[in-house]
Amino acid sequence: MDAVYILWLRQMKRYVRSRSRVLGAIGQPILFLLALGYGLGSVYKRAGEGNFLEFLVPGIIVQTILFSGVFWGIQILFDKRFGFLKEMLVAPVSRLRVLLGNSLGGATISLLQGIFVLVISMVLGFRPHNWAFMPLSLLIMLALCVALTSFGAGLASIVEDFQGFQGINNFIIFPLYFLSGALYPLTGAPTALRVLSSINPLTYCVDALRYTMINQTHFGITKDLIVIALTVVVCIVFAVNRFNRIQA
Amino acid sequence: MSEAVIKATKVVKNFGDVKAVRGISFEIQAGEIFAFLGPNGAGKSTTISMLTTMLRPTSGELYLNGHDVQKEQDAARRSFGIVFQDPALEEELTAYENMIVHAVLYAVPKAEQKPRIEELLRLVDLWGRKDSYVKTFSGGMRRRLEIARGLLHHPKILFLDEPTLGLDTQTRNLLWDYVKKLNSSEGTTIFFTTHYLDEAQAIAERIAIIDHGEIVAVGTVGQLTKKTGTKDLEEAYLQLTGKEVRDETSLANNGLNVRTANRNMRLR
Repeated sequence: MDAVYILWLRQMKRYVRSRSRVLGAIGQPILFLLALGYGLGSVYKRAGEGNFLEFLVPGIIVQTILFSGVFWGIQILFDKRFGFLKEMLVAPVSRLRVLLGNSLGGATISLLQGIFVLVISMVLGFRPHNWAFMPLSLLIMLALCVALTSFGAGLASIVEDFQGFQGINNFIIFPLYFLSGALYPLTGAPTALRVLSSINPLTYCVDALRYTMINQTHFGITKDLIVIALTVVVCIVFAVNRFNRIQA
Repeated sequence: MSEAVIKATKVVKNFGDVKAVRGISFEIQAGEIFAFLGPNGAGKSTTISMLTTMLRPTSGELYLNGHDVQKEQDAARRSFGIVFQDPALEEELTAYENMIVHAVLYAVPKAEQKPRIEELLRLVDLWGRKDSYVKTFSGGMRRRLEIARGLLHHPKILFLDEPTLGLDTQTRNLLWDYVKKLNSSEGTTIFFTTHYLDEAQAIAERIAIIDHGEIVAVGTVGQLTKKTGTKDLEEAYLQLTGKEVRDETSLANNGLNVRTANRNMRLR
C-alpha cells in the first residue's frame, strides 16, 4: 500500500463515518432544488424561460461541489489544529504526496456528492438532454472537484484558525457561488453582475454543465473548457506552493 | 570520533524579530537518555520541531543518525519516532487504523505490519481496545497509543515532547518504565523535554538546560549541581534560569504564539 492511497483512504473513512456530515452536505442542495425549483419554477415559466428545475440542476451540482470541495480541502486546517498534520509532515513522505493523498480524498468525496445530487434531481424528474454527454459532464465535475479541493488546501495552508475559515466562507465562497450564475441566467442580468460573473471561474463550470446537461450555453463550451482547465492548473499550483511553506 | 546520533551545530531560528533559538550546539551519543529542560518559551519545542524536520532553521546544521536533516529529509525522518506535545492522532479512526496509517507512511513491509502492531499495542495495554475509535480514548490512552505508533518503524531515536503532561502518576510511571526498557533492550536514543525536574533527575543520563534560546548548561545531574554549587537539580535549574515567571509569548504551539505575537505587534 502506498502513502497516497492510505491518506486517501483515511479521508474516505472519515467521510463514511460521519453520517451527519453526509446528510448535511446532500440535504442542503436538495433543499435548494426543492425550494427554488418548485418555488420559483412558476415565475420562471411565466417569464417564458422554460423549466426552472432543469435550469437549476447544473448550478446546484456546482454548489454541492463548491461547498464540499473547499470543505474537504480545508481539512488540512483541522489537521493543523487537531495535530494529525504533524504526523503526516514528519513521515518520510514528500509534501507533494501528502497533499495529493488528502486532496484526492476530498475530490473523490465531492465527486460522489455531486453525483448523488445529480441522481436525486433525476428522481425529481430531471433528464439530461443527451446521455452521450454524460461522460463529459462527469469529467467537468471531476475537474471542478480537483480544483476546489486544491483551492481549499491552499487556503487552509495560509490561515491559522477557524475564524479564518469563517472569513473564507463568507467573503470568498458565498460570493463565488452567488456570482456564478448558478441560480439565475446571465443573459439579461445587470451589466455589473455580468462583468463580475464573467471573471468568476465557477461561472464557466456552471455554463459548461448547462451545455452538457440541458444544451444551453452563454460562453460556448470551448471557452468554458479552456477556463476550467486553467482554473485546475492555477488551483493546483496554489495548493502545492502554499502547502510546501507550512511550518507546523 | 564518538558516535553522535543527534548533532546540532550553531542552530539559529528567528520568527521575524523574535530570536527563538540563538545558536545552540549539542551532541547526543547513541543509546543516551537526554533531557531538555527550560522555562516556557525557552526554545525547547522549536528545537524539537527543527530536529524533526517540521521547521527549517534560520541557520546552522542538524544531523540525525548521520543524516543532514535539511538535505536528507526522508532518511532523517526514518531514523526517529516522535510523541508530540499535543496529540497528533486521527480521532475518527480506530487505534489499529492509526497504526496502519503510520506503518504505510513509513513503508513498514506489509508482512511485518500486523505482528508489529499487535506486539506494540499489547505492550502499551491497548490491544483490547484496538478497534475502538481514538475519540473515545482518555488522555493517557492516547499518549500510550502515540508511543506505540512512534516505535512502529523501529526508530533509532525517540523524541518525547513533554510526554507526561496531564498524565496521572500510574500512567507516568508506566511510560517511563517502558521508555527505560526500550532504551536498554533496543539501545534507542531518547530525547525528551519536561517541566518535571524530578523526572529529568530520575530518568535522564544527561541534561541540557536551555533559556532564552541558548543552552546555559549541559551535563549529568552531578555535574550540574557541582557547577552551580547546589544540592539538587531543582536548585541548579532555578539558579541557572532565574526565578521570575515567564510571560506567554512562548513557543508553545510550535512558534504559533510567537508568530501571532509578531503579527499583533506589527498591527499595533
